[in-house]
Amino acid sequence: MLKKRHYIILVLVVLLVIVLLKLPSEAMGRVKLAISGLFLPLFGLAGSVHELTGRAGENLVTKEQLARQNEELRRQNEELKIRLQQEAATVSENARLRGMVGWPGQKIWNVRLARVIARDPANWWRSAQIDLGARDGLKPNYPVLTSDGLVGRIQAVGQTRSQVILLGNPDLRVAAVVQPDGETGIINASSSSPQENNMIDLDYLSGTSKVRPGQIVETWGEGGVFPAHIPIGKIVDLRVKDFGMATQARVQLAADMGALQEVWVMAP
Amino acid sequence: MSELHSILILAAAFVAVFFEAWFDGFRDVLGAQIDLLPALMVYAGLHKGLGTVALTAICGGLWFDSLSANPLGVSVLPLFLIGLLVYRGREVLAREHAAAQFALGAAASALQPLATLFILLNIGAPPLLGLKSLWQWVVMTLGGGLFTPVLFTLFNRVRLTFEYQPAPQTSFRPDRQIKRGRL
Repeated sequence: MLKKRHYIILVLVVLLVIVLLKLPSEAMGRVKLAISGLFLPLFGLAGSVHELTGRAGENLVTKEQLARQNEELRRQNEELKIRLQQEAATVSENARLRGMVGWPGQKIWNVRLARVIARDPANWWRSAQIDLGARDGLKPNYPVLTSDGLVGRIQAVGQTRSQVILLGNPDLRVAAVVQPDGETGIINASSSSPQENNMIDLDYLSGTSKVRPGQIVETWGEGGVFPAHIPIGKIVDLRVKDFGMATQARVQLAADMGALQEVWVMAP
Repeated sequence: MSELHSILILAAAFVAVFFEAWFDGFRDVLGAQIDLLPALMVYAGLHKGLGTVALTAICGGLWFDSLSANPLGVSVLPLFLIGLLVYRGREVLAREHAAAQFALGAAASALQPLATLFILLNIGAPPLLGLKSLWQWVVMTLGGGLFTPVLFTLFNRVRLTFEYQPAPQTSFRPDRQIKRGRL
């Protein structure tokens, strides 16, 4: 049987939980980051061990392999430089034309490299923590991506870490456009296979949508959070919903969400 | 030893949460992360008072939620419920055999996500659920069950290291001592 003292403990625990669950979302985010700050030494230690293991692995690579890799990277670098020159010409032409018709210029985004230090321990959410925070100039809602495509957005920012909410989480919706048709829709968590890391839904396409499997989905740029033309993924299949009033497409993500180690954070 | 034992349980909860956030092996291979906290609550419920059970549930739950997209505090009540149930039944629950420990750990690991899901649905924060969630639930149940005997063994070793051992019985009996001297 429980004693009076035990009932007091039970009531206190229940009250604490109610108070915590009633916290405003902003305050809750700050408290969460403060509590998770306790893990910083362990994450730092794990990061150092990872780095040391990586260095030990690098020592095993032969000189010939390194030279070959270096040569390949140099070639890639030169190719990218040429492409960048071409892009720069296009950008200046675009800016000139925008000026002529009086359109506002496009925002230039800076990117910062961040390391993923933790994944969501719960199986039913998609989130991660990165090692950049307010100290590095990050703010909530900044887009997060890899070289393959969009990954998510910053949800809460601590001093040295931030929580990133990943594509496929129920809280994250993105305005998207299908290329080259230009049809627009909203990216949501997958309704048919929500536990699959690399599948999401593109909702609110029109019932008479001409979208086909294989077409590319990009960010639309509306809403002010995500800039336009960040690749999201590729259409896999479609199904008609709401008695033919709407179409829903399944999208395979461009970024490999299961192997996120380093990500780029875009800051205006 | 009592305080040290409680501190060790809390430290184990801390390391368990860190491990779950940092280690991707189970997620990559089995498609689900195994939660180690329910097994720890079983151990705390069987070996410690309700104060330690509550403290482990509060700290473990808050640490877990702080690294997750869970609303803060949502894991505390299910963990405390597990600890409370085990604590209430500690007189009748078998705890020495590995099979019993497995069964307790598996039951706790099965109950914890269900209770958390119940709270999440009731506070209007429905998580990602699908057919694969059933598989994840099975993996969590079995994983938690398998971890429990390991945890008990580890803690028993630590206890044996730090606790005073009972003095061994000697064959010496003072009433049968031969007294030497002049007759």
